[in-house]
Amino acid sequence: MHELGIAQEVVRIATEGCGGARVKRVVVEVGKLAAVLPDALRFCFDLAAKETPLEGAALDIVEVPGRARCRDCGGMVELLRPFGECACGSSDLEWLSGEELRVKSLEVA
Amino acid sequence: MCATCGCSDHHPEHDHHHDVVELERHLLEHNASIAASNRAWLSGRRIRAFNLMSSPGAGKTTLLERTIRDLPAARISVIEGDQETDRDAERIRAAGARAIQINTGAGCHLDASMVERALRALEPPDGSTLMIENVGNLVCPSLFDLGESARVVIASVTEGDDKPLKYPHMFRGATAVLLNKMDLLPHVSFDVEAFTRHARRVNPRVEVLPLSATRGEGLDGWYRWLREPGA
Repeated sequence: MHELGIAQEVVRIATEGCGGARVKRVVVEVGKLAAVLPDALRFCFDLAAKETPLEGAALDIVEVPGRARCRDCGGMVELLRPFGECACGSSDLEWLSGEELRVKSLEVA
Repeated sequence: MCATCGCSDHHPEHDHHHDVVELERHLLEHNASIAASNRAWLSGRRIRAFNLMSSPGAGKTTLLERTIRDLPAARISVIEGDQETDRDAERIRAAGARAIQINTGAGCHLDASMVERALRALEPPDGSTLMIENVGNLVCPSLFDLGESARVVIASVTEGDDKPLKYPHMFRGATAVLLNKMDLLPHVSFDVEAFTRHARRVNPRVEVLPLSATRGEGLDGWYRWLREPGA
């Protein structure tokens, strides 16, 4: 249940970035291969936001699909889980996206 | 309160705008910066640090006890992570190494700041080896860089041979995978070849070292790996 720690980081970063204003919305990018569950993050966010400028703020989670390039043939592979195979049979993949864990932006009142 | 958007501004009409602040900040940046400072602290003292991760009961502490006794020249000290008790640190001290226990309480993993505090208290000597025994858990610890030189994942033949596919994040981040309890292989249905294949499917270049921490078979391979400069 590392999502509580991640939610606390969302709150810490947003509190630093909001200049004391109340935060209405925070947009967070979570890669599908990042080992963070959006539902668990939402649950923890509401707890972590209590008595902070983020209390009551909406949490928008933008999920980023996993994509990789095959190191053997250069083909593109879509990753639905943290491993996969290229059509050529190789599992030696360079991950291009899907590991994102980022606070993108805030909307402040 | 603004009736349109619910914000605390007192505007009779909704003529104010909501400012958008672009941040683009990584969620693990705080941990990453402490991990980087741990890494610099360790490399400045030529200390090699290994982050040992496994499910509970795979044999991390037993492996460490044996390694400490067999490799006095490595001058091993240990940071022990568990939710509660200092039983493991006591076992490590009894084996002859310095150890500090971190109790994470409700926490399911070690993070870089816990290791930073432990390093200050433990003060491992220059040129020594540091073993960080993470909390037994194949999920959460994989996300947190501690400043280690390498990650070692320990599995055992009493677990399923499909563990690497079930916990791919953990196995993907490993520099080496130790397969422990090989002495029990005749009594369990565990396919070492399938395990290795699964581990390499997730992590194509990972080293897989079968061994038995209690009986000693395969430990020479582990000790050789520990001495490699790239480990």
